[in-house]
Amino acid sequence: MRVYKVGVERIHALDGVSLELRENEYVAIMGPSGSGKSTLMNVLGCLDRVTGGCYELDGQNTTGMSDAALARVRNERIGFVFQSFELLSRSNALRNVEMPLIYSRDGWWSRRKRATEMLQRVGLGDRIKHRPNQLSGGEKQRVAIARAMICNPSILLADEPTGNLDSKTSEDILALFDQLYAEGQTIILVTHEESVARHARRIIRMKDGRIFTDLTAEEDQARRLDLTAVLGKVTK
Amino acid sequence: MKPVLTILKTILGIFLAFFRLFYQSIYLALGQIWVNKTRSVLTTLGIVIGVASVTAVIAALTGLKAKILTQVETLGTNTIFISPRVPDRGRLQHAGWWQMRFRPEQMDGLLDHCPSVEALSRMGGVGWRTVKYGEQSVDRVEVQGIEPDFHKIEHRPVVLGRVFSPIDDMQVRQVCLIDPKLRDKLRLDRDCIGETVRIGYHAFRIAGVIESRPQMNFGESSQERYELFVPFKTLEKLGEPFMWAMATGKSAETLEEAQAEIKFFLRRTRTIRPGEPDTFRVESLQSALETFNKIAVIVTMVAGGIVGISLLVGGVGIMNIMLVSVSERTREIGLRKAVGAKRSAILTQFMIESVTLCFVGGLVGVGFGQLLTMAIANIPQVKLDLAHIPLWAIGLSFSFAGIVGIVFGMVPAIKAARLDPIEALRHE
Repeated sequence: MRVYKVGVERIHALDGVSLELRENEYVAIMGPSGSGKSTLMNVLGCLDRVTGGCYELDGQNTTGMSDAALARVRNERIGFVFQSFELLSRSNALRNVEMPLIYSRDGWWSRRKRATEMLQRVGLGDRIKHRPNQLSGGEKQRVAIARAMICNPSILLADEPTGNLDSKTSEDILALFDQLYAEGQTIILVTHEESVARHARRIIRMKDGRIFTDLTAEEDQARRLDLTAVLGKVTK
Repeated sequence: MKPVLTILKTILGIFLAFFRLFYQSIYLALGQIWVNKTRSVLTTLGIVIGVASVTAVIAALTGLKAKILTQVETLGTNTIFISPRVPDRGRLQHAGWWQMRFRPEQMDGLLDHCPSVEALSRMGGVGWRTVKYGEQSVDRVEVQGIEPDFHKIEHRPVVLGRVFSPIDDMQVRQVCLIDPKLRDKLRLDRDCIGETVRIGYHAFRIAGVIESRPQMNFGESSQERYELFVPFKTLEKLGEPFMWAMATGKSAETLEEAQAEIKFFLRRTRTIRPGEPDTFRVESLQSALETFNKIAVIVTMVAGGIVGISLLVGGVGIMNIMLVSVSERTREIGLRKAVGAKRSAILTQFMIESVTLCFVGGLVGVGFGQLLTMAIANIPQVKLDLAHIPLWAIGLSFSFAGIVGIVFGMVPAIKAARLDPIEALRHE
C-alpha cells in the first residue's frame, strides 16, 4: 500500500496490491494513467517505500531499510530503463554505461572492460566513443539498457522503453528485451501499448491502484478477444 | 583472537568505504569541472584574485621587513639615537631648532654617569659639501664628524687603512674616512690611503675606506649617496656642525635603563627644570623596530580584511554557480540516485567539486601572486628586491580557499543530496 498526502487528502496510489514475481519472468504492467503503475514501478525499483505492507526482494525485506541500504539494493539488484533514456549528454556511451559501476562496491577497477563488453552485447561495439547527440533514438535506448544491465541486476525495470521511439526501432528494442529474457533476465515492463505488452509472458493490468487482472499472455489475449467479441455484439 | 580480527576487518571495511567514496567523488568532480571549463574558470576568478592579492601584499611586507632588518643589523639592535627636539609644550615650544641644538660639552662625562651605556659617539653634520681630488670633484657628499667609539657602535668595517683613534680627535687631525663609492667617483686608486682630498680650503688625508651603508632610503631620491667621515673635533673647521649622538647599551636587556640614564644625564647638562619636557629625543632601534612591527601587523590585518571580503565574494560566486549547477543537473542527480548513488556520494561529489574549484583558484592565485611579487621586486624605485612569498602565506591562502570551498559548497551539496530521485527524474 502506498498512500500519498496531498494537503489534507490521502491518495491511495496503491491499495491492496499483492504481487509475486519469480526469477526469469517477463512481465508487462499495463493500465491507464493514474492507475498506480508508476508508483508500483517505483516501489519495485526501491525508489519509493510502501506506507503499509511490505516488499521483499530476493528474500530480503526492504521495507525497513535505510536510504543508503536502498541505494545499494538499487545499485546491485535493479536496472532502470527510462522512456526518455536519461543519458548524460556530455559523456560518451562508455562513460554512460560504466556510471553505475562508479557507485558499486567492487566494479570500479574493471568498469571500462565491463562497459565495453556490455555495449558489444547490445550491439553497439562500434559506438563506444559516441556521445548521446551522435546516436539515434534506438541506439540511445540500447546504451540505456546496457547501463541498466551492467551490474547484473535481479530485475530489469523498463518504464515505457519504446515511448519515444518509432515502431521499427521499438521492435528492435523489444527484440533485445526478448534476447535478454532468453538469457535468463527478469524483466518488468511498464507500458500502455498492447503491441509492446504482447512481448511479455505475463500481463498485469491495473486500475485505481489495484491489480485488475494478472494473467499469462495467452490468457490475456483470449480475454481480450472475448471482450472484443462482446463489445462487437453490443455495437452491432 | 577472533573478535580482534573481526574488529580489524570492520575498521578496514570502514576505511575502504571512505576511500572508495573519495576516489569516486574526486573522479566525478574533476570530470564535471573539466566538462564545464569556461564556467569553472570564471567561477574561480574571485578566489584567484583574492589569493593573488593576499600573497602579493604579504610578500611585499616580508620584503620590507627583510630590508629593514638588514639595515638594523648593520646599526646593531641596541643602538641608541640621541637627537635634539623642540618640545611640543612648555616654555620652549616655539623655539627654533638651532636654539635646541646640542653643544659638545653637554655630552662630556656621559659614559661615567651612565653605567648601562657601553659606548657613545658624538656625531656632527655639516650637510653636503663638494669634495675634490686633483681635477675630479664630487658634489653632494655627506660630511660627518665621528668619534672613535663610532666604530664600536655601527657595524661598518673599515675595509682598508685604519679606523680613527682618540689621538686623531685630540690633535684635531685633518684625516678622513671615505666610502668606496666616493673613492671610485673621485677616480682614486683602489689603495688610496695617504692621498689628500680637499673640501673647500681644507685638505684631508685619507686614513681608511669604510664600507658603504646598505641601500634602503625609501622615499629618498634614488641618486647615489657619498659619505666622508672626519674626526668630530676636526669637523668644526668646516663650520658649526649640527650635532647628535649615537650610543650602545651594554646589553639588550638593559637598553631601556641605558636610555633612562642618558635622559637623566642630558636633562641635567641641558638644565631642564623638573616638570619641563625633554628638549631631546632618546630612541633605540629596538623601539623603532617595534613600531614598524606594529604597523606591519596593522597593514597585514587591513589587507587581510580586504582579501577576506574578496574571498567571501568569490565564495558566494562559487555557491551561486554550484546552486545553478545543482538545479540544472537535477535529472542527472535523480538518475545517479536511481542507479545506486548514496546521499553521501552525491554530497561528497558536490563538496569536492567546490573545494577543488577553490583549491585550483588558490593555486592559480599563488602563481599570480608570485608573478606580482616578482614584478614588485623588479621595480627599481620601490627597492623591495627582497620581497618573496613566505611558506606560511601559501599555507594560509590554501587553507582559506579550502574553508571557503567547504563553507560555500555545503549548501548546494546538501541541496543536491536531499533531492528525491523520483521528483528529480520528473524535473524538467
